Amino acid sequence: MSLSDFLSNATSKWLRDDGPDSDIVISSRVRIARNLTDRSFPMLASERDKQNLLDEVAAAVKQPDVQKLGRFELLKMGDLTDVEKQVLVEKHLISPALLEAQGGAVILREDEEISVMVNEEDHLRLQCLLPGYQLDGAYQIVNRLDDALEETLDFSFDETKGYLTACPTNVGTGMRASVMMHLPALVLTGQIGRILSAVTHVGLAVRGIYGEGTDALGNLFQISNQITLGQSEEEIIGNLHGVARQLVDHERGARQYLLRDGKEQIEDRVCRSFGILAYARQIDSKEAMQRLSDVRLGIDLGIIKGVSANILKELMVATQPGFLQKYYGHEMSPAMRDVKRASLMRERLRMNDGE
Amino acid sequence: MLCEQCGERPATVHFTEIVQGQKSEYHLCEACAREKGQAAYEAMIGAFSVNQLLSGLLHLDPTAPQRSDTPAPRCESCGLTFQQFAQVGRFGCPDCYQAFSRELGTLLKRVQSSDQHTGKIPRRRGGVIGARRELNRLRQEMHMRVVEERFEDAAQLRDRIRYLEQQIESQA
Repeated sequence: MSLSDFLSNATSKWLRDDGPDSDIVISSRVRIARNLTDRSFPMLASERDKQNLLDEVAAAVKQPDVQKLGRFELLKMGDLTDVEKQVLVEKHLISPALLEAQGGAVILREDEEISVMVNEEDHLRLQCLLPGYQLDGAYQIVNRLDDALEETLDFSFDETKGYLTACPTNVGTGMRASVMMHLPALVLTGQIGRILSAVTHVGLAVRGIYGEGTDALGNLFQISNQITLGQSEEEIIGNLHGVARQLVDHERGARQYLLRDGKEQIEDRVCRSFGILAYARQIDSKEAMQRLSDVRLGIDLGIIKGVSANILKELMVATQPGFLQKYYGHEMSPAMRDVKRASLMRERLRMNDGE
Repeated sequence: MLCEQCGERPATVHFTEIVQGQKSEYHLCEACAREKGQAAYEAMIGAFSVNQLLSGLLHLDPTAPQRSDTPAPRCESCGLTFQQFAQVGRFGCPDCYQAFSRELGTLLKRVQSSDQHTGKIPRRRGGVIGARRELNRLRQEMHMRVVEERFEDAAQLRDRIRYLEQQIESQA
């Protein structure tokens, strides 16, 4: 199978498509936890309880209200190979914790924008993952699915504590909303530390993804809400929205500054990274992410032409161990992965040359 | 760079966490990251677990005195003891919230912004709860209109309050 066929078959819609502000915001995700009444959470549930829950959820998904939202498929973790499960984690459709969970399953919509984990920490974890900046859209989709499932399932809800969850850090709305942002210019101009520490003081958490220090690897940051009780879903998304908008504006400003005051340096940096990705024979994931970030910045600034801007998120996922193994068809050592990763990068860059 | 855990293999997993201004960095090899387990892997893909932090908070909580003559608090529905909850940071079933409400004390308020849910109410099962919340809102608004001496508006609100009260009673 050619690389382009492999990628288009193997990647989710959020990895292929663009969205609003996708020059900076890679993806938006909303996840809500729900539990059914009158039974133990998965941690204490027996095999049989978990099977019963799965049967009930499977029946609820077949109801017309849910079917209106799209075509869903149920995958039991026990029926999947290790590589298939790993790939689901790398596509951010399930959590690593679901791999460990006995009796775990995931319900996926065809386009993989919606996934529902069953028997993870909570009975149900509903997730919507969209490309670009679409937090409101992601919440609306999850909210509709929640209403549709609630037509036939009884969710644990307390008047003062809200939706009851296995971990008290999720109680209330049960909601985590997050945006993944690419902020290379804020990192290059040294503003990122100050800005991110301000973000953590308003009830939000920031994580560098595969990152190290303030030079987060690939310059990718995930911003999410910490609080689930005492704020409504709209307030939580509103807070996150306010902060994300500011980060987008600051990043755009910093990019303009780089073009104006350091054009030669930034061109050199971006083109060097392009050269390395195009010719390297082995590359570790850390360097690969940094080079990809540079190339993506070069594309956004108009320095590099003829390469799809999607290359960053696509390769960020496709060069993970599970994907590499799936594409090359065999298990490999970290050193072997570095060789294959470089080879996949070269192939992917050549793919765009013909466009 | 070598793995900071074993010091033998090259570090291939790198991640940084900033939570409430606290920054932690990790540089691990594949094997140690797997051993370190979920925490590292969750951070790699962006999920986040605060369970450990939570059980830390509970151990510091002096509101749960340990006395040998009284039985340890336990949830009747699922059998989980409070001690077990403090260790794993997770409840066993929805009834645990009620069973341990005394031991939990102010924990919810400390890990969250308040201990009162103001968000979504289930559409099908939450009808009465929604009506009660609406009722509270209308009563506050009515008082404000009275203070402002906008009595006609207040009277309209009073009628809606009566209607809602009747509805709630008929459903109860």
